[in-house]
Amino acid sequence: MAAAGERSARELSPLVSAKALVKRFGEVEAVRGIDVEVFKGEAFGFLGPNGAGKSSAMRMVGCVSPRSDGDLRVLDMDPQIDGPSIRARLGVVPQEDNLDTELSIRQNLQVYGRYFGLSRAHVRAKATELMEFAQLTERADDEVDTLSGGMKRRLTIARSLVNDPDLLLLDEPTTGLDPQARHLLWDRLFRLKQLGVTLLITTHYMDEAEQLCDRLVIMDNGRIVAEGSPPELIASYSTREVLELRFAPGESGDVASTVDGLADRVEVLPDRVLLYTENGEAALSATHARGVQPLSCLVRRSTLEDVFLRLTGRTLVD
Amino acid sequence: MWYRRYWRSNLYSSGLQPLLFLAAMGLGFGSQVEPGPDTGGVDYLHFVAPTLLVSGAMMIAVFESTWKVASGFQWQQQYVAVVTTPITPGQVFGGELMWVGMRLLLSAVVYGIVAGALGAWLGPGALLVVLVGVLTGLACAAPIMALSATVRNPSNAFSALLRFVVMPVMLFSGTFFPISYIPVPARMLAWVSPLWHGNELARAAALGGGEWLPLVGHGAFLVALLLGGGLLARSRFYRRLVV
Ligand SMILES: Nc1ncnc2c1ncn2[C@@H]1O[C@H](COP(=O)(O)OP(=O)(O)OP(=O)(O)O)[C@@H](O)[C@H]1O
Ligand SMILES: [Mg+2]
Repeated sequence: MAAAGERSARELSPLVSAKALVKRFGEVEAVRGIDVEVFKGEAFGFLGPNGAGKSSAMRMVGCVSPRSDGDLRVLDMDPQIDGPSIRARLGVVPQEDNLDTELSIRQNLQVYGRYFGLSRAHVRAKATELMEFAQLTERADDEVDTLSGGMKRRLTIARSLVNDPDLLLLDEPTTGLDPQARHLLWDRLFRLKQLGVTLLITTHYMDEAEQLCDRLVIMDNGRIVAEGSPPELIASYSTREVLELRFAPGESGDVASTVDGLADRVEVLPDRVLLYTENGEAALSATHARGVQPLSCLVRRSTLEDVFLRLTGRTLVD
Repeated sequence: MWYRRYWRSNLYSSGLQPLLFLAAMGLGFGSQVEPGPDTGGVDYLHFVAPTLLVSGAMMIAVFESTWKVASGFQWQQQYVAVVTTPITPGQVFGGELMWVGMRLLLSAVVYGIVAGALGAWLGPGALLVVLVGVLTGLACAAPIMALSATVRNPSNAFSALLRFVVMPVMLFSGTFFPISYIPVPARMLAWVSPLWHGNELARAAALGGGEWLPLVGHGAFLVALLLGGGLLARSRFYRRLVV
């Protein structure tokens, strides 16, 4: 019993643990005190609008950016002290590709592997395996300059796996990928997760977050505004269903008062009115009963996107 | 750390340019110059062969530590990628400096061999000249890398560097003629020029002669520049990559 308890305690000790973590760039406070714990085998997401501080947080976890305040432990070590040992076990996909454009695809993988102190033979075999993974084998000896944006992205992701990382940091991994490549990548990430690799992902794509993340936080303006699993978040910040009523531009405002009280929450947009409710069909009949005549209407399930927009606002706040 | 891509070095550009100079100046122009006290009593070819090696080394150092380094931070961002691995910014700098050293050594050896075939060396001192060339090149590279790691707008910085530092240094460092020919104010430029210190050492090594004390001084200047520039560049690499 004692042994089992010990084991689960160790497995439960978080790979990433941040307490009141702060990142300042001069006057700008990019991360304003976040608490995050990521456990082994989890896929954990950072969602948030542009400038929310997602990348800044990721870079601190990646031990390339010192924290300004608060506590941070990664793989049970202190990034300030053990940066190189931690980085040896991380895989990093930065938001912007920084491949060596003068080298071939194969060389990019091999050279990067050598930075981890891996043997030549090992990186040679690994590069072949990873090119297969990223479906770039046919282009193996082409220079990176000649690749399309999506291929570069795939190569960057392949590169992050060269050291068989325990923790993979993915900053907007699928930005710029076509739907096939995105689904392929989700599939690969899912498999990595099953192999016990812990994933830390930032994304703007809600479907990606819903597909991949066991748990996620929504960040806005350097702070965490919500935390939980996708269904939990939908349950606590939105309703089960949404009724969307479309109108000609400018007419939606007049409807707002008419539908008042028919839903838990009503949101009026220039061309649409959204009714957040447990039962969309019922709300629809009720609006018809009140004589509302939209151009079209749609009942759908609530998504993470509704949660996201509710928590971070619809307008750009840059 | 070995940066494999750097091995794709270019023999042509590294050895050829100073050799063209050597052929033109040493054999062509030099045939018009009588050996005399100004050339230390030797043929002009023998007089310029060592200093051309050293000034060639400086040019390579300038070339290797400007755009390439700035690009590693700003455009290609290879350095940004490398520091996500266990490699530290200090090791990135060390690797770059080592690379420049290898490049300098390679081209100095190539130059030395071809110049030897042209009869430009008087003795085995040529081997020392190669080392002096490498040392001078490194002493130039380190502070320039510090600059490249600092500036956010490299175009301006590098054109200023070429115009106001490299050009005058090339002209007033006793490569083609002794600095005693130039007026004192400009000569003071030579005293702070790594190229002049390297030239003096190289000429002494190739032609013999020279007093010990000044030679030690020249060597010490270069080593100090390498160490000081190196420490500065290292901290600049950290400053730029750890944000
Ligand atoms: N190196 C830096 N120097 C100064 N300010 C910075 C730096 N990096 C980020 N910031 C600022 O920190 C804030 C958060 O930026 P960050 O890149 O973390 O946002 P993000 O959530 O990743 O946004 P995006 O979705 O656009 O990638 C922004 O206001 C940004 O301007
Ligand atoms: Mg970002």
